Amino acid sequence: MGDLIGKSVKRVEDNRFLKGEGKYTDDFNMPNQTFAVYLRSPHAHANLVSVDISAAKAMDGVITVFTGKDIKDAGIVGSICGWQVDFKNGDTMKEPGHPILAFDKVRHVGDAVALVIAEDFGTAVDAASAVEVNYEVLDAIVDPKAAVQDGAPQVHDDVPNNTIFDWELGNKEETDAAFENAHHITELSYHNQKIVPNAIEPRAALAHFDSNDDKYTLYTTSQNPHLARLIIAAFVLSIPEHKLRVIAPDVGGGFGSKIFTYNDECGVLWASKQIGRPVKWTADRTEAFLTDCHGRDHVTDAKLALDAEGNITGLRTKTYASLGAYLSNFSTCIPTWLHGTLMQGLYTTPAVHVDVTGVVTNTVPVDAVRGAGRPEASFCVERLVETAAREIGMDPAEFRLKNFIPPFDGVEQEGYQTQVALQYDSGNYEGALKKVLKNANYEKLKEERAAARSDGKLMGIGFSTYVEACGIAPSAVVGSLGARVGLYDAASIRVHPTGKVTIFVGAHSHGQGHETTFAQIVADSFGIGMDDVNVLHGDTENVPFGMGTYGSRSLAVCGSAIMKSVDKVKEKGARIAAHKLECSPEDLEFANGSWNVKGTEKSVGFGDVALTAYVPHDYPENEEPGLDFASFYDPTNFVYPFGAHICVVEIDKDTGEVKIVRYIAVDDAGNIINPMIAEGQVHGGIAHGIGQALYEGALYDDSGQLLNASMLDYCIPRADNMPFFETDHTITPCPHNPLGVKGIGEAGTIASTPAVVNAVMDALTDYGVKDLQMPLTPQRVWTAMQQAK
Amino acid sequence: MIPESFDYQRASSVSEAISLLQKHGEDAKILAGGHSLVPTMKLRLATPGTLIDIGGISELKYINDKGDYLAIGARATHWDIESSDLVAQKAPALSQAAGQIGDVQVRNRGTIGGVLAHSDPQADYPGVVLALNATIVVQGSRGERTIAVSDYFTGLWETALGEDELLTEVRIPTDRANANSCYLKFPQPASRYPFVGCAVAMDSSAGNCSDVRIGFSGVGETAFRDSGVEDALRGNTLNESAIASASAKAADARSVLSDVFVSEEYRRAMAKVYLKRALTKLT
Repeated sequence: MGDLIGKSVKRVEDNRFLKGEGKYTDDFNMPNQTFAVYLRSPHAHANLVSVDISAAKAMDGVITVFTGKDIKDAGIVGSICGWQVDFKNGDTMKEPGHPILAFDKVRHVGDAVALVIAEDFGTAVDAASAVEVNYEVLDAIVDPKAAVQDGAPQVHDDVPNNTIFDWELGNKEETDAAFENAHHITELSYHNQKIVPNAIEPRAALAHFDSNDDKYTLYTTSQNPHLARLIIAAFVLSIPEHKLRVIAPDVGGGFGSKIFTYNDECGVLWASKQIGRPVKWTADRTEAFLTDCHGRDHVTDAKLALDAEGNITGLRTKTYASLGAYLSNFSTCIPTWLHGTLMQGLYTTPAVHVDVTGVVTNTVPVDAVRGAGRPEASFCVERLVETAAREIGMDPAEFRLKNFIPPFDGVEQEGYQTQVALQYDSGNYEGALKKVLKNANYEKLKEERAAARSDGKLMGIGFSTYVEACGIAPSAVVGSLGARVGLYDAASIRVHPTGKVTIFVGAHSHGQGHETTFAQIVADSFGIGMDDVNVLHGDTENVPFGMGTYGSRSLAVCGSAIMKSVDKVKEKGARIAAHKLECSPEDLEFANGSWNVKGTEKSVGFGDVALTAYVPHDYPENEEPGLDFASFYDPTNFVYPFGAHICVVEIDKDTGEVKIVRYIAVDDAGNIINPMIAEGQVHGGIAHGIGQALYEGALYDDSGQLLNASMLDYCIPRADNMPFFETDHTITPCPHNPLGVKGIGEAGTIASTPAVVNAVMDALTDYGVKDLQMPLTPQRVWTAMQQAK
Repeated sequence: MIPESFDYQRASSVSEAISLLQKHGEDAKILAGGHSLVPTMKLRLATPGTLIDIGGISELKYINDKGDYLAIGARATHWDIESSDLVAQKAPALSQAAGQIGDVQVRNRGTIGGVLAHSDPQADYPGVVLALNATIVVQGSRGERTIAVSDYFTGLWETALGEDELLTEVRIPTDRANANSCYLKFPQPASRYPFVGCAVAMDSSAGNCSDVRIGFSGVGETAFRDSGVEDALRGNTLNESAIASASAKAADARSVLSDVFVSEEYRRAMAKVYLKRALTKLT
């Protein structure tokens, strides 16, 4: 390896992004294209009595208007659920259909009822408002716990009690026993509120059917174009997979919301064939609020059992998880296998039991949003742990150190088998916590807090330590748990005759900086420059079948596939080099961009070998020309990043405003390729989690209206809401992938929400406030202080 | 996010704008900076048939010292006001309010005339111009008239502006109280409009409070002067307990807005907190 790995190389892609010259889906146009607008339901739950499109269809410039009946009659079903989670009693999960356009009933505000296509965007908008829909409004259900009660409004006729599945993990008997024998029990009941992903680029599609070769092209905002192609071709539209090209060009953020194959994009692709012209659709911000899958929305009762010495002896949770009105692709695995499996946290808890009921409600569908299940788990565990420490009068850092799993590197010591299915690969939890305590100067912080309190000020210190599972995932393992897809990734490396290199990757970059980090890996491996490597992604016609980017997987999974191809290039290159050097490949070592005969000064450069591979005049016998390899990598385990965060807050006594005065983070994501990019991910992640703690949350009224469906009303945190982050890391390499890397894209979000809430509760100690509903708005904090007076 | 179709007219003078207003009647809307009107049009909450753009009327863009008052042209942007030394000196409350509106881009486009004509109860300026005892100058087909600011805001989104009248100037008296004024704001975190905007102009140069005007934005259905508190303060020495007991009365006699973000109780309580802070800052 050269010296690029581990270096904060500036992001290659920023050259176009910073100049505003990125090319996003809406920037592409096709000759003769048309414009689509979806008419959406203003009601959360209503029978569709009639949809009259005659006036809209008659307007100048309107090409056509489709209704739910048209699509139903064409035999088109909607998008599918990609993960089966069955009932505890073995009954199959309920899978209500999700039509592209509603034909009998609408089930959330934003549900599509008509697709209008016109010569220009303005006409399409005008025509949509000319569609006359007669709704018979029904009672709506928003709260997932209330939804399972008898008599609650039924979202789908074929889903009794709105229950999609019930699910459990862990050992119930042992956990019951732990609570029976507990010396102290800490209890929390809370709503981990629904949050809106708010990628800055709304979803968009440009669809075209070319009748000359029966071929579809779809430009779209996707985190995983191959998965989109598979779902659309094989399940939604039933078209030949090889006749569909999906291109996800520059994508302006995803946070999970662009993993899923949405009906809207499928609808315009279908429509492009019906009208014989390209169709463009771009969501506006309101549509983004009303149709991009939301995250979280767990109503949870959680308990922690302790013995007399302050050892954690058991953890039990019961969660009602809203999946929204329909099952999005991965909606079912988020509150189960990506949530329940993390309930051990970083602790030696000997008995854990997690019970989750998946519920449909009259709200925007819920699926992965940054962290996807793990933030819900870390919030639960870390709120319980901190509250327990406070209740028994132990310092929360000391309490954690007492209960942590001891260090294990996964090489000398085995991985740690939890009570909830996972085997952690490597971890040094006390190392991270001790480092953050030192970086924060915790002893001095405590003195400052004491001094502030004696001055009548409200200062609080909150901890959050986390371990998470990312780099998803071993296909066979997830398959046995109900996944209907594999979760490997793919990369091919094409070495060109001049020694320049193009990498084709299945991962998709929508903010992660793959064009930089992946190039660093390859340039380093071959001893060539960053400029000699080009990274391509996002086009199913160019890149091998990969599973895309989410779950902090790109480096751990796709990066490993890249390394497999690197090895193949080096292996073949060595044979070519050996031929040129008249030695055997075993006599060679690769260093500084050339194959060198060990113990001599004889060598041949990477470029020479590349040229020889394509101009094979003097060439090894039986060796194919070319230097071009594809590889798939299916991980053997998840990777398990971890860390320790400290948040320090001050509360304005008069107003209840929470100000974060310091935020100190130590994260361990294994080896780091580009520290600047990793730190950027930590910054963004922490900010995202702070958003949930203090500012964000979908506000629904009882009729199912989303009351804050705009950026005027829904608060995404801004730079001036943030402190300067004090970040640092420890390095515990992943023992089971070639780069020793874990993942860092979600860690900050997983960690920061409970750190902030814990800090606020610490500040409110004197008021006896144990818990408050997020977001911790000034009004909520002020009201709690007033009530405690 | 695309407005209904509309006609667009660009006026090159005040008189042309007025004749266009007369011609198009209530179907027309004046377009100044466009930062309130255009978003509502994009959401189709406003659907004017004609927009009369006054963006080209350079005669409305000025900030002048007229001795007894500052004359601020309707097209002065928030940035013009925020960056004016004259405003900072003679009416710091207005300067501070301008500097807290939206972001830099908004402040570069949005105008004081636009905000006051739009009369959004959530806007920053209304409480400020009340506290500063401003005069609103309008021109219409019957010529120019002035409206005392106390008569100007007539209700939610409503003003004393006639249908064919154009707001042309805002006059801020250059009295001692206005020179000793401030604006404090408790913003809604997403929109950054004020939950509570509190403007105070006070003359306490003689050691006691000889003159005081208090204006609130964001608290009630329209911005209002809090005369109850003013009366309690006027003539009194300003010490900690006087400020505390006066500000505890803030917004007491008013009906206060309640929404999904902030309850009436909390908003009222914050009006008291912010008034106390403003009074403390000025003494």
